[in-house]
Amino acid sequence: MIRRFIAVFHARNMEFLRDRSSLGWNIAVPLLLVFGLALIFAGPDRPLFKVALMSVEKQGQTITHPFLQTRFVDFIPVTDRETTVHKVARHRIDMLLDLRPPARYWINPESPKGYLLERVLAGSGGPPVERITAPGAGVRWVDWVLPGVLGMNIMFSCLFGVGFVVVRYRKNGFLKRLHATPLRAVEFIAAQIVSRLLLILLITIGVYVATSYLIGFRMVGGYLSLLLVVTLGAVAMIALGLLVAARVTSEELASGLLNLITWPMMLLSGVWFSMEGTHELLQLAANLMPLTHLLEAARAIMLDGATFGEVAGHVAALALMTVVFMSLGAALFKWNPD
Amino acid sequence: MKTVIEARELFKEFPSIRAVNGVSFTVGEGTCFGLLGPNGAGKTTTVEILEGILSPTSGEVLYRGQPLGRQFREEAGIQFQSTALQDFLTVSETLALFDGLYSRRSDLSDLIHQTALSELLQQDVRKLSGGQRQRLLLAIALINDPTVVFLDEPTTGLDPQARRNFWNLIEQIKAANTTVILTTHYMEEAYVLCDHIAIMDHGQIIARGSPRDLLEAHFDDVILQLPMEDWSLTAEEIGFSVLSTGDTVEISTRDVSGAVKALLDHGVSLDQLRIRPRTLEDLFLELTGRELRQ
Repeated sequence: MIRRFIAVFHARNMEFLRDRSSLGWNIAVPLLLVFGLALIFAGPDRPLFKVALMSVEKQGQTITHPFLQTRFVDFIPVTDRETTVHKVARHRIDMLLDLRPPARYWINPESPKGYLLERVLAGSGGPPVERITAPGAGVRWVDWVLPGVLGMNIMFSCLFGVGFVVVRYRKNGFLKRLHATPLRAVEFIAAQIVSRLLLILLITIGVYVATSYLIGFRMVGGYLSLLLVVTLGAVAMIALGLLVAARVTSEELASGLLNLITWPMMLLSGVWFSMEGTHELLQLAANLMPLTHLLEAARAIMLDGATFGEVAGHVAALALMTVVFMSLGAALFKWNPD
Repeated sequence: MKTVIEARELFKEFPSIRAVNGVSFTVGEGTCFGLLGPNGAGKTTTVEILEGILSPTSGEVLYRGQPLGRQFREEAGIQFQSTALQDFLTVSETLALFDGLYSRRSDLSDLIHQTALSELLQQDVRKLSGGQRQRLLLAIALINDPTVVFLDEPTTGLDPQARRNFWNLIEQIKAANTTVILTTHYMEEAYVLCDHIAIMDHGQIIARGSPRDLLEAHFDDVILQLPMEDWSLTAEEIGFSVLSTGDTVEISTRDVSGAVKALLDHGVSLDQLRIRPRTLEDLFLELTGRELRQ
């Protein structure tokens, strides 16, 4: 039994060691992971809460308050109160604090973090601060996070459902067989995109309807606008999956590359938490990700009732990404494994 | 006869090997051209260059006098040595998939009848036997009513009945004036099906012509076969060229009666003597050697 185990163990190890792309990937991933984690979490203790702080100077003198000494709170200096109050209402900031007389804070009563901060502020021993409910508040955490969850599902389905399948087709020779026909790369790619798009739209609509029925959530914008944004976002991510799969022949490498793309998107695109107050480089990176634009546009439509025209910037970003990913994918596309 | 395919000075180099080394030939319309050679001779690489799947390092392939292009893709049928098909599709759905990729079309019901797939139409392609699968792959290769068909070792792994059945299918294809380019390990198959053959070794064509012409050009003798158990002589003693092949001794000679007399004079039993003409296999072994290839 041991001999058989050793034989199979040795053969698998040799296969792994000689598959240079997989080996390289397995070395590269931990390094990239360390680098990425360092970038995101380097520095002092990671804050749990985000408090926007209006100017704390009055006639050249700095206003102090014991609450400002609270650990694990990221105090983000802001100047535009109206914009920041809106962010509080949309869970992007947990609290807005203005200590200039009359000292006030704005809170979303539906925010769990806002509630905790409010308790900490009250117990900090400082002078009293007037409580104001952020106008337009009432957006629950679930309202904010639901577009993120739907977007994440779209992302995984589009990237893995297309990228992985194409690599498998290439590896087992099915692509080579198709190459022997008049089929063009762009026709093959277009068919993959439309097939996955229809599937993901049906699934997303189903999840949306079921979630709406079971728990209910905020939807104040137009359904057509939302459908167009979701469609464009899905196409952009399918095109990205096809770009990843354009030349890869190893399923292990494809899996690694897809994880390299999906994990940062999941962390930086605002699925679970807002990128408000994070390092500029991270925010720049987030803006290069299709999921970020899909979620920003979807949340604007669902939570604020934005029109299609009002999310035109995100739509343009998604359209541009789609064109770039598809063009590169078609240009780099390889039918044969060798 | 019109030339359908012309290969001009094809070279194909991979990082560690030159797989095709200056191959040139033409294939006439309605003929069956066989490409033979030992493993690693460069047959499949050559055929994949002819099919437009691989690009040659240098040289060119012409289809009806033109470089390979969309017309070729529309009019060529290809059966690879091994082909994966899309999972979870039935035979019928697989045929429909490939039928949809061409503007030229065969009569599907005729094709299904010809390749004996009628009973298998609703079968999952993953559950087909080797022979059934090869028939499906041939049907796919013929689905665009091709003017030229490439068959890369189509009968490898088939049992004798399935192989004979396949030969009949290829004869039917030839009868429709379709040009066939066939690679095979089976010399008998090449002899039966091919009008012209080229034998490749080390990336080069080392012999070319009709099977009969090649045999006549290389051999003017016949083979006398005896079981090893009846043999106790050396070549010097008998005075003829003698080759031992496992359980059999083969004597090549142009003088059959002289050889038989010599055997009788040496007391060799002729009870199990067999006399056979030279075959393509003899030619193949003579040209490519008998040593086992790596």
